[in-house]
Amino acid sequence: MSTVATDYTLAELCIVAAAEAFRHDGEVLATGIGVIPRLAASLAMKTFNPDLMMTDSEAFLLSEPNPIGKRPADFQQANETWMGFSRIFDNVWSGKRHAMLGPTQIDRFGQTNTSALGGTYQQPKVMMLGARGFPGNSICHANSFFVPGHNTRIFMDGECDFVSSIGYNPARLPRGRSLDDVDIRRVVTNLCVMDFGGPEHQIRLLSLHPGVTLEEVQDNTGYPIAVPADVPTTPAPTDEQLAIIAGLDPHNQRAAQIADNPPGIRA
Amino acid sequence: MDKRLSARDAVAQIEDGMTVGIGGWGPRRKPMALVREILRSDVKDLTVVAYGGADVGMLCAAGKVKKLVFAFVSLDFIPLEPYFRQARQSGAIEVMEVDEGMMLLGLRAAAWGLPFIPTAVGLGTDVINQNPDIKLIDSPYDDKEWVAMPALNLDVSLIHVDRADFRGVCQIAGPDHYLDDWFARAAKNTIVSCDELVDTSFFADPARAREVFWERAATSAIVEIPGGAHPTSCNPLYGFDVAHFKAYNASAKDGGIAGYLEKYLGADEAEYQRNVGGLDAIRAIALPTY
Repeated sequence: MSTVATDYTLAELCIVAAAEAFRHDGEVLATGIGVIPRLAASLAMKTFNPDLMMTDSEAFLLSEPNPIGKRPADFQQANETWMGFSRIFDNVWSGKRHAMLGPTQIDRFGQTNTSALGGTYQQPKVMMLGARGFPGNSICHANSFFVPGHNTRIFMDGECDFVSSIGYNPARLPRGRSLDDVDIRRVVTNLCVMDFGGPEHQIRLLSLHPGVTLEEVQDNTGYPIAVPADVPTTPAPTDEQLAIIAGLDPHNQRAAQIADNPPGIRA
Repeated sequence: MDKRLSARDAVAQIEDGMTVGIGGWGPRRKPMALVREILRSDVKDLTVVAYGGADVGMLCAAGKVKKLVFAFVSLDFIPLEPYFRQARQSGAIEVMEVDEGMMLLGLRAAAWGLPFIPTAVGLGTDVINQNPDIKLIDSPYDDKEWVAMPALNLDVSLIHVDRADFRGVCQIAGPDHYLDDWFARAAKNTIVSCDELVDTSFFADPARAREVFWERAATSAIVEIPGGAHPTSCNPLYGFDVAHFKAYNASAKDGGIAGYLEKYLGADEAEYQRNVGGLDAIRAIALPTY
């Protein structure tokens, strides 16, 4: 039996909480963009869901996740098949994928923005990446989000300035489709875990990280959160999980993902 | 048929107002020497279609772009492309912002001679609402609405490969050819720069022939430019130039593109390569770890 850890960082807590998003996925491509989502998907694949598929973030599918960062010169990755970008689209459109991403805005409908902020669309105040693959991801397969700094700029009042991904907004529902076709899973932040399982797909609190209050989460969210009668504390990592995470991230890049790399249990 | 041309003669085929597709992905295997040749030319008012990186940023900053068809523009390790942002934030360019996969479908439609390809991708998002030219259609087979992604017909495509022969057989030896095959097929005129010109017999080895992703009939011109992807990568020959990209990124806040071009562009590729430390230095750039 693995023992529950008492000394862990908030980043490690988030990795374990985010890994849970992939637990019941079966055999799908798990794509975690960014250090914490990638480690979360890798942890899930190495523990409770070995059926997951994962890429090397370049052009091959792996039977074993790669550690993050510089690897020894004699490192041999466990290639399973070629998986270049054109084939990624074949996978996306088949629906056999679950992506975890970090958008710049997430509105009350679960719509996200990765593109234009403020101003007008012709002349935005701040231009970011662009829509990327978010439109296709959101209509084709499951998606989760990771937010390292939970605040009202990300979880903003109103609708996203530019809607990169479809959410549970009845006004934008394509004809012939149901809101239930949209599949947003977990939202993991530095404060809590949420989903869109509230009434009429309202965002809902699933757990609070150790020492975080409901008020703090609600104050940092620009719209009301559905709160169940019992809100548990986000489960701590086990020693076994921490050891696997350390092996997947030998250069400790996870320490740079959340501001000031705080401990998982607030002092 | 001998398709070899100089960079200058090849790029001289691009006329004002043309639609130009650019292969590669972000900071990876971009035909940068051909892009630099555009920067040295008088051509203008281009519509550019790309999975964009510094190619798009430079062309925007130099005032070559009338309209950009894009899903993202990024240098990857520097997520936000500085000159693309300036162009958007000053309202300097028209845009058609699409999903990455929609761009692929648009290129396929063009390659296959179709007016559009139906897809669910884009439904419910602003890539539809902000693009009045992308229509939603009824299906003859169900009661749902679908996106009719229009063909992205290209006048010219620019692509960089590892090796090619004089007839336009092109090898991409790196791990991914990205969507370059579709850029080649979607264009009337596909101009390919190569790091190395090889004899046709090079491709006799079936392992090498497997690294050829379109037939030579889809290649119009071959330009031999060793190091021609710099500062982007041409895996396995060289990685992307992190220090150069940092300098490029910094130039956007300090002097702008004029200062960058003054320092590096040169009158031709030989002068550019002298300005960035030479071909040996380019070929010595380590491959990235993802």
